[in-house]
Amino acid sequence: MKVSEFAEKLNLEILTEGNGSSKDIKGMYICDLLSWAMSHAQKGDAWVTVHTHVNIIAVAVMADISCIVIPEGIEVEEATLKKAAQEGIAVLGTKKTAYEIACEAGKLL
Amino acid sequence: MTNGIIRQNFVIPADDFTAAGEASSSVKKMLIQLGVDPQKVKKTAISMYEAEINAVIHANGGIASVEIDRNKIFIRIEDHGPGIPDVELAMKEGYTTAPDAIREMGFGAGMGLPNMKRYADLLEIKTEVGKGTTVEITVYLS
Repeated sequence: MKVSEFAEKLNLEILTEGNGSSKDIKGMYICDLLSWAMSHAQKGDAWVTVHTHVNIIAVAVMADISCIVIPEGIEVEEATLKKAAQEGIAVLGTKKTAYEIACEAGKLL
Repeated sequence: MTNGIIRQNFVIPADDFTAAGEASSSVKKMLIQLGVDPQKVKKTAISMYEAEINAVIHANGGIASVEIDRNKIFIRIEDHGPGIPDVELAMKEGYTTAPDAIREMGFGAGMGLPNMKRYADLLEIKTEVGKGTTVEITVYLS
């Protein structure tokens, strides 16, 4: 499923103005330890993390993550969104918790 | 890929988390362009990124040099930081000396060196307390 379609179905806000939203989402991974996420997430996963600093984009690039989902209405730094746009990684925001996101994603993916 | 050797050097800037990962990211893109097997690209990207981040966190940055030939990808990350007093201990998953501020960013979980070992085909660490550390990562292509 494309990132744009996933965002629409889960009612997630695309914070990166369409950059990277045509990528395919194949699964989901939830983790806030960056090394762990980079090592264990699968190619094409949507990654849910509470971190919003610019390095999450590098981690997503290294691990071939399809998009990043920031839960619970956490505000994302402008530098992170700029970097995300450069690297073609969509960042999606929502007020939902990681658990709620995963429950809904589980029905779709 | 041709028989030639591709060599490239990158400066890893000190304490600059905005730029941390730039070198690994560039190498990853280069390997994809060269048509390297995606699994080997991933192994290289993750192990190099961990080494790069370590240089930023612990050693005021450093120099990354990359050599790619038809048989292997060789990456050397050299810093002039504090060195590692006990490499065996540092290799243990979960052991960390990263400060709290770094841990709050989601780094410093004590997984950097274990991840390098996991993803590199060959990992060599040369370190001297007070002088610095050189990490050499090899990923074989054939």
